[in-house]
Amino acid sequence: MAPATLAPAEVEVEQPAGEDVPEHERPWIVIVWNDPINLMSYVTFVFQKLFGYSREKATKLMLQVHEEGKAVVSGGQREKAEHDVARLHAHGLWATMRQD
Amino acid sequence: MPTASGRRCARIRADVFVPSPIERTRDGDFRLRLSDAERELLRALPGELLALLAVDPGDPTLRRLSPAAYEDDAEAEGEFRRLMQDELMEGRREALRLLAETAARDRLTAEELDAWLRALTDLRLALGTRLEVTEETYEREIDPRDPEAYELSVFAYLSWLQEQAVEAAMQS
Repeated sequence: MAPATLAPAEVEVEQPAGEDVPEHERPWIVIVWNDPINLMSYVTFVFQKLFGYSREKATKLMLQVHEEGKAVVSGGQREKAEHDVARLHAHGLWATMRQD
Repeated sequence: MPTASGRRCARIRADVFVPSPIERTRDGDFRLRLSDAERELLRALPGELLALLAVDPGDPTLRRLSPAAYEDDAEAEGEFRRLMQDELMEGRREALRLLAETAARDRLTAEELDAWLRALTDLRLALGTRLEVTEETYEREIDPRDPEAYELSVFAYLSWLQEQAVEAAMQS
């Protein structure tokens, strides 16, 4: 088991500056939630396959899901987030999206 | 820990020098070394899940196969489902059919192994949901007197096989 102090993996989500950004322009984030069925190795594999992440980055995100219960794995425009959520669902992962 | 069962089995096998059941070949295909009993199980299980999907897609056992994308926005969720659900379900059915059809083979292409991974995931999600699997399930010995002993052993087998399949896929 990796240490619980592991720094959260970072996924860059385009961040418009300022608080006064109109609601519909705020970026969306895609969250993967921990579940007791999907294997850790499989979750890592899916992150690498779908997002092209390195083994290291995919492992870091998987551990964050496992230890903290969830991790932000991608994000961007609404259409891209929906596309990513659908691909994660196709691979059996529990993914949701919301505006950041 | 979700991989406990898979990893432990993998180690035991390595100790007695049993070759991996799924191995990448030099030409990029995957060699399968499975017993007749394993192949029969992998041929039969997808049909059971396909039947359940056809007859009762609302069965609570299947809830993990189509989680909500939008948690607090029923309208957006309805629209997401309307756009994506058919395609997602067709992908699931195709992968399950492919697993059943190729279970007797000695070799798989990379694309076929990918379908195996998704089909094994769906079988584990459905069975694991029915068995109410928790992280402790992987640590517990299966009691042969448990009325769910058979299903628990099938779940443990599928977990082990999927671990092997992921390892093989990651070699590429």
